[in-house]
Amino acid sequence: MTILVIAEHTNAALAPATLNTVAAAQKIGGDIHVLVAGAACGAAAEAAGKIAGVAKVLVADNAAFAHQLPENVAPLVAELGAGYSHILAAATSNGKNILPRVAAQLDVDQISEIIAVESADTFKRPIYAGNAIATVQSSAVIKVITVRATGFDPVAAEGGSAAVEAVGAGSDAGKSAFVGEELAKSDRPELTAAKIVVSGGRGMQNGDNFKHLYALADKLGAAVGASRAAVDAGFVPNDMQVGQTGKIVAPQLYIAVGISGAIQHLAGMKDSKVIVAINKDEEAPIFQVADYGLVADLFEAIPELEKLV
Amino acid sequence: MKVLVAVKRVVDYNVKVRVKADNSGVDLANVKMSMNPFCEIAVEEAVRLKEKGVASEIVVVSIGPTAAQEQLRTALALGADRAILVESSDELNSLAVAKLLKAVADKEQPQLVILGKQAIDSDNNQTGQMLGALTGFAQGTFASKVEVAGDKVNVTREIDGGLQTVALNLPAIVTTDLRLNEPRYASLPNIMKAKKKPLEVVTPADLGVATASTVKTLKVEAPAARSAGIKVKSVAELVEKLKNEAKVI
Repeated sequence: MTILVIAEHTNAALAPATLNTVAAAQKIGGDIHVLVAGAACGAAAEAAGKIAGVAKVLVADNAAFAHQLPENVAPLVAELGAGYSHILAAATSNGKNILPRVAAQLDVDQISEIIAVESADTFKRPIYAGNAIATVQSSAVIKVITVRATGFDPVAAEGGSAAVEAVGAGSDAGKSAFVGEELAKSDRPELTAAKIVVSGGRGMQNGDNFKHLYALADKLGAAVGASRAAVDAGFVPNDMQVGQTGKIVAPQLYIAVGISGAIQHLAGMKDSKVIVAINKDEEAPIFQVADYGLVADLFEAIPELEKLV
Repeated sequence: MKVLVAVKRVVDYNVKVRVKADNSGVDLANVKMSMNPFCEIAVEEAVRLKEKGVASEIVVVSIGPTAAQEQLRTALALGADRAILVESSDELNSLAVAKLLKAVADKEQPQLVILGKQAIDSDNNQTGQMLGALTGFAQGTFASKVEVAGDKVNVTREIDGGLQTVALNLPAIVTTDLRLNEPRYASLPNIMKAKKKPLEVVTPADLGVATASTVKTLKVEAPAARSAGIKVKSVAELVEKLKNEAKVI
């Protein structure tokens, strides 16, 4: 049994979600190979070789893979993956974009966003916005799976010494082209990897008021998130959204400020270790999942909290 | 150009689902069903393309039980021209659905296929991408903006760090994200008119597609409940608890 893990990377560096995905692969058991497909991705490949528990790193370095366009990457993964028992990728926007295309090319079903490995063919995954957990068994020859990073503790990024091997010439399928991207700039830790997350909702009233949360977050070394209501109201960009349709986080501490706690939002954060809710509506559903609830006006509570921590 | 839109009948997003006592699934008896919210956005986008004169015909397709005709009628009331129901009472996996959609696409020859990014019941987020692989079309997933320009479509996609724009050759597949548009409501006259629009019913066998799956669900459980929390009276008490009791700051 050999498992192929598709690395999540930015060409220059490996994304932390890769380490969680390798952790899931270890639970399945067997040799673990990591595929780094990109352009000028030598640094990412080198980092992949150092991951504890990785037996081999495959590098496909080609201009066609620069922006991870699925039309170009999926055929490569399907070709390489045909010899493996499992193909795993992190359930990031890239992983979700590419892997189902790979599965269909291999004519197998895909299992999305697993949160636990029961055995080599049986996995747990949330359905209905996390309101139910399904245990599913696959009889497919090649099991194609995306991994929810917050379900698995990351393996060590150092300590391995895997051989790096160049593979797959690869080519541009000529169906799609990268035009440009607009990345939100932030000095704070990445939302999905942060130990503490401070999130604001509609109760923040406007985008400017998020400065109170930024100040608190900076003091705590936390990332700042938002509910869908705050994003839809234009307070903050959409990559800050926590929820079923945004990012799934499971930090040590999640502070929900002015968030009512709709099912959609809870699906993205209810696996946090400690949840704090600050809301002036004591009937808000968020208090049903909060370990510590404070019924107060956030505009008084947040500055005070910032002073005290 | 012709636009094909796929819609799914799912449990209404406001319903708090309950797991059945025998752990065989969630209880869907007598629960309100609706069109999947992402599919509504897909229908809306197609209708807007038609209003701009880009799309000439909108064909809406659903795969599911007889009752899915309700959701197709809703799509027709919103502005779709005709509907196709691939009737199957089995619970189908994304790959089977993608194969059925491919068979429909082969027949209809659309220039653009629009789907939701995921269904809120299975939370799979697979069908659009799988259809991309089966048809060989390019895919623009998690779209927050769609612009057809000549024989290409520019799709702005929501990615983890922000937004990415790609140019896809037509025919192409687009899957919708929440911010693509705000779906309209169907007006009463349009609901009445929709009853007269054509709705064709076919079966997977008619399309020559096998729908067997390699994945089976062994059991469905309720998630572990969180133990009840406490309400604190002041910010000072909160900080004290976080420092000394929870030890997270």
